[in-house]
Amino acid sequence: MSGFNKVVNSYEEAMAGLEDGMTVIAGGFGLCGIPENLIKQIRTMGTKDLTIVSNNCGIDGFGLGILLVDRQIKKMISSYVGENALFEQQLLAGELEVELTPQGTLAEKMRAGGAGIPAFYTATGYGTPVGDGKEVREFNGRHYIMEESITGDFAIVKGWKADTYGNVVYRDTAQNFNPMAATAGKITVVEVEEIVEPGELNPSEIHTPGIYVNRVIKGTFEKRIEQRTVRQG
Amino acid sequence: MALSREQMAQRVARELQDGFYVNLGIGIPTLVANYVPAGIEVMLQSENGLLGMGPFPTEDEIDADMINAGKQTVTAATGASIFSSAESFAMIRGGHVDLTVLGAFEVDVNGNIASWMIPGKLIKGMGGAMDLVAGADNIIVTMTHASKHGESKLLTECSLPLTGRGCIKKVLTDLAYLEIEDGAFHLKERAPGVSVEEIIEKTEGKLIVPDNVPEMTFA
Repeated sequence: MSGFNKVVNSYEEAMAGLEDGMTVIAGGFGLCGIPENLIKQIRTMGTKDLTIVSNNCGIDGFGLGILLVDRQIKKMISSYVGENALFEQQLLAGELEVELTPQGTLAEKMRAGGAGIPAFYTATGYGTPVGDGKEVREFNGRHYIMEESITGDFAIVKGWKADTYGNVVYRDTAQNFNPMAATAGKITVVEVEEIVEPGELNPSEIHTPGIYVNRVIKGTFEKRIEQRTVRQG
Repeated sequence: MALSREQMAQRVARELQDGFYVNLGIGIPTLVANYVPAGIEVMLQSENGLLGMGPFPTEDEIDADMINAGKQTVTAATGASIFSSAESFAMIRGGHVDLTVLGAFEVDVNGNIASWMIPGKLIKGMGGAMDLVAGADNIIVTMTHASKHGESKLLTECSLPLTGRGCIKKVLTDLAYLEIEDGAFHLKERAPGVSVEEIIEKTEGKLIVPDNVPEMTFA
């Protein structure tokens, strides 16, 4: 690597430094916009006792679901984990810990983590099991709970295009959690469909500025669809 | 006759106003999109990060990068915008969405809602429901009035773990449309052919019944 060139040429290099017990923040919503090849690399590496922060945990055999096969995940921090039989089995057997977090709170925890804000107050979850044990404060007559932000040892992100400096653009709703995840990793790895030269992306249209990004890799993606719904054309 | 799912969606759709930004939950709420009254414009918000959700795609239009909060493939409507999940929940939490429609297991006289967790059953998660109920001022809950075993879902106090506290003011069930105010359900409309007596019998929480309860009409 030289200067601002963040491009790496192998998935080994992309995930180098990941160790047992680390926290990994992953972008994606369902199977949309997930860093599918970076996840496969974690599976290949066999890294254990991971804490994974991601809205969902993939499905059986795809996405983060593949990290369950060899019990690589110790803890999931997610808003919804309902699409996965192996997940259910490991959860019921007590082999997997889950911290269910409201979706907006999860997004904000990542955003705040990346922005250097250690905690924030939100009305979401007040008076529910999510608020149990958390500090409550009243502002303008309404109750809010304090939520702590999240940072990760690694963030794994799926972009559409990046330039070699690590400026990233997302495509359609594959954006989802990716921009926040990108800000919240000590090491942020972005895999994209296309890498272009600096200057080719419009500076006004960049979603994730390169300052957040440590490594960029070009991948090929299956992009599996979870709920294929169509209308008659 | 109790309302069908389609009739419930049709009734909710009458609450839509021109220029509304609307978030529709999964299930009956999703069907509301099929009954937007003629002559008004609404924009649908999908909490994964889409404002201006269009119809499902044709076979040719299917795109894995374009989904809604139910993880179904969708299209973007003309004038749509796409953004991050943090931005999406800033809209929701910040009270910018005009109407939210979602399902529930139970609602009580104090506007509490339980919709995500049944102890003893596997817990899948709350998704965005807690953020939606905490952030929206105008929420309509759609659900059946009673369980299959006849147990009321309109209660003095929710028995299940809550999704949100004191946030629900409007409920549409298969039997009635009710509003919640001052610690009671207020019966506003009844489904065609459903008697006030049946509604009273199936409402466990305090219910205020006016002298005249109009029947809903459907074209």
